[in-house]
Amino acid sequence: MLVEVTHREGVADPEGATIERALPALGFGGVSRVRVGKAIRFELEADSEEAARREVEEMCRRLLANPVIEQASSSVVAAPGPASRAEGGRA
Amino acid sequence: MSLKVAVVVFPGTNCEHDVARALGDLGASCELVFHDRSRLAGFDAVVLPGGFAHGDYLRPGAIARFSPVMGEVRRLAGEGAPVLGICNGFQVLTEAGLLPGALQRNAGLRFVCRPVRVRIESQSCVLTRHLEPGTVLRIPVNHMLGNYVCEPATLAELRAESRIVARYVDNPNGSLDDIAGVCNRQGNVVGLMPHPERACDPLLGPPDGRPLLAGLLGARAPLDAGLL
Repeated sequence: MLVEVTHREGVADPEGATIERALPALGFGGVSRVRVGKAIRFELEADSEEAARREVEEMCRRLLANPVIEQASSSVVAAPGPASRAEGGRA
Repeated sequence: MSLKVAVVVFPGTNCEHDVARALGDLGASCELVFHDRSRLAGFDAVVLPGGFAHGDYLRPGAIARFSPVMGEVRRLAGEGAPVLGICNGFQVLTEAGLLPGALQRNAGLRFVCRPVRVRIESQSCVLTRHLEPGTVLRIPVNHMLGNYVCEPATLAELRAESRIVARYVDNPNGSLDDIAGVCNRQGNVVGLMPHPERACDPLLGPPDGRPLLAGLLGARAPLDAGLL
């Protein structure tokens, strides 16, 4: 699973604002809406993708994000294939 | 008999001795209690001091709120005992849901560490009950995430119920409505970003933190009589 936690829309993001000011100074034009957050990646065993999503939503609500200032989005990413896992992982 | 204060120590807390010394000088009997304690018996008040509880991993206070001692902090708060969170302790209390809002990164991304002037705004909490609103105190701040935010509805409620305890005279961190401290509805749970314990010894400047900490110690009786 990959959970991305960012500031909620409307909550000031001073790090994002600083990066947005810095990029044009290096010649990168056209950059807007920079948001800085954190990525939390983990493996989760679940009966189905739907069950995994439900569980991750609960994790976000109770620990991974602070709903007062943050929003979280999660996505399922493929686990490493059998070649890279000793015990023979799932795709 | 002197009041017995539990000064909670999480892994990474670093202001516990300053708090215990300042409260001790005011006549309290302080005990440092480690965060794994699941029973706090015989304490009249609790302080969550500053520092970096659990390394501030994930977010300041995000892990600390699950420490075993927090169940007891919640119980004592519910019973009306004075509970004060200073700096990181304030962050822990918001994460634990004992105070509204959240503390995010300072505007300007600057760590601020200097004495600031704060104006007492309300007598509705244990710390300020004996202070005249409008009183300006000089107290040090020392934080990276002291920028208070909350929902507009929460802000309206805090204002209407006089729960904004203190405001910065010159806002050092971008805090919403210049908020330096807030309290719960009953007035016994208080969060402050400035460190009153660092302004208690005249050797270090005006001892402006003393009236706040004295309020914490003197407040038990009027709180019991008045609000509960």
